[in-house]
Amino acid sequence: MVPFAYAAAPSADAAIAHVARRRGAEFIAGGTDMLQLLQEGVRVPAELVDINRLPLDGIEVDTDAVRIGATARMSDVADHPRIRAEYPAVAEALLLSASPQVRNMASIGGNLLQRTRCVYFRDVVTPCNKRAPGSGCSALDGENRLHAILGASPHCIATYAGDLAVALVVLDANVVINGPEGARTLPVEALHRVPGDAPEVETVLEPGDLITAVLIPASAHARRSHYLKVRDRASFEFALVSAAVALDIDAAVIRQARVAVGGVGTKPWRLPAVEHALVGHRVDDELFHAAAARAADGAEPRRHNAFKVELLKRTVERALRTVGSRS
Amino acid sequence: MSVTRLTPQREFDIVLIVNGAARRLTVDARTTLLDALRDRLHLAGTKKGCDLGHCGACTVLVQGRRINACLTLAVAHQGEPITTIEGLADGADGLHALQAAFIEHDGFQCGYCTPGQIVSAVGLIAEGRAGSDDEIREHMSGNLCRCGAYPNILAAIRQAAREAA
Repeated sequence: MVPFAYAAAPSADAAIAHVARRRGAEFIAGGTDMLQLLQEGVRVPAELVDINRLPLDGIEVDTDAVRIGATARMSDVADHPRIRAEYPAVAEALLLSASPQVRNMASIGGNLLQRTRCVYFRDVVTPCNKRAPGSGCSALDGENRLHAILGASPHCIATYAGDLAVALVVLDANVVINGPEGARTLPVEALHRVPGDAPEVETVLEPGDLITAVLIPASAHARRSHYLKVRDRASFEFALVSAAVALDIDAAVIRQARVAVGGVGTKPWRLPAVEHALVGHRVDDELFHAAAARAADGAEPRRHNAFKVELLKRTVERALRTVGSRS
Repeated sequence: MSVTRLTPQREFDIVLIVNGAARRLTVDARTTLLDALRDRLHLAGTKKGCDLGHCGACTVLVQGRRINACLTLAVAHQGEPITTIEGLADGADGLHALQAAFIEHDGFQCGYCTPGQIVSAVGLIAEGRAGSDDEIREHMSGNLCRCGAYPNILAAIRQAAREAA
């Protein structure tokens, strides 16, 4: 690790003012991704501002919504009885993420901002436009079995690796952001950017912007939601393909549908064509098959990841069947 | 708006509460909790495997919860109770129930992952996640054993979990 200076934040306002003002200053929360990137020399902050001791770890559930503080730990959110009952896709996505040790450390805000697992991004000796803008993309014609088939650009084909954000997108969740100019809310769906010609800019956050909470509205489709993750090994692995599905079903007719997928896109990837094919129709396996057939619309596979096209459709179909058969 | 200014530092005098004892040390901001335990406090029972959170050899308990000591900075844990493999033994025979169970079931070959496996299993049982073999396997997935002693590790944890119930 290169030398850096560290301070525990005395208040959110002080932390935000400091990070906004000082070039090279970054927030650190659970640190599980940051420490890996520091060890590998991928991130070289001049200063780290620790927000772990700020009172941002509450989980407040009421009848209309849940508010999850940004430093709540993944394990505590996953185990919360009302989140399991009323927002099952969130609990499932978290329990399928990382390892128990990492879930005990990692924060909810930091989870949303985790960096890609692209091996070239994490290997400082190879060209990578995300890590070193303008140096080139080693994955385009390199080992790209794990890379994106949706939302890629000629500059970057790295996936967004997280699970939680995919689940939050189908639950219409927002992030609360405190910044130098005050607080605002933003749909989780609008937090991440596609790479385009600036893959190093991964989110819409500005310097000093701090995610302080995640808000999820209660809804019928949140109650009937599910997260399915398909991966190379049974546990402690990132997704090859994942699907978050939330359906509002009334008298066997789908009133609302939300479908988003992970492991295949450069950001959490919502599938409006699949949703459109579901709404207004009766729950039926043939409907799910026909809707899931649209899941890979627009996919652009590379040399090693074409298998994800079929796997994506099947994963979406299986997630839909699971939710459709839940009473 | 006036707010308290932060003054980040590169070096800290800290107190870590390790296995019940207050330990005073000076650390660079970069020092991981793992390096502080092993290299500064000479508690070498906690192992360094991958140093990236993938293998679990560095598992310790902080405030009773299992974490990867390699993925966190020592300076961030001032005043928090930390338990390492050296601090587990509580039995009359000088072994924690899980340590005895690992010996009884031969839950290791080379032994390098063993302290992490045992500390992680203490956390697992405290979490109430040792209800079935499948549950134990899933919730021990953060601890790798390159010798492949998993069947015996599982048997040891199953027995200790039954005894703790």
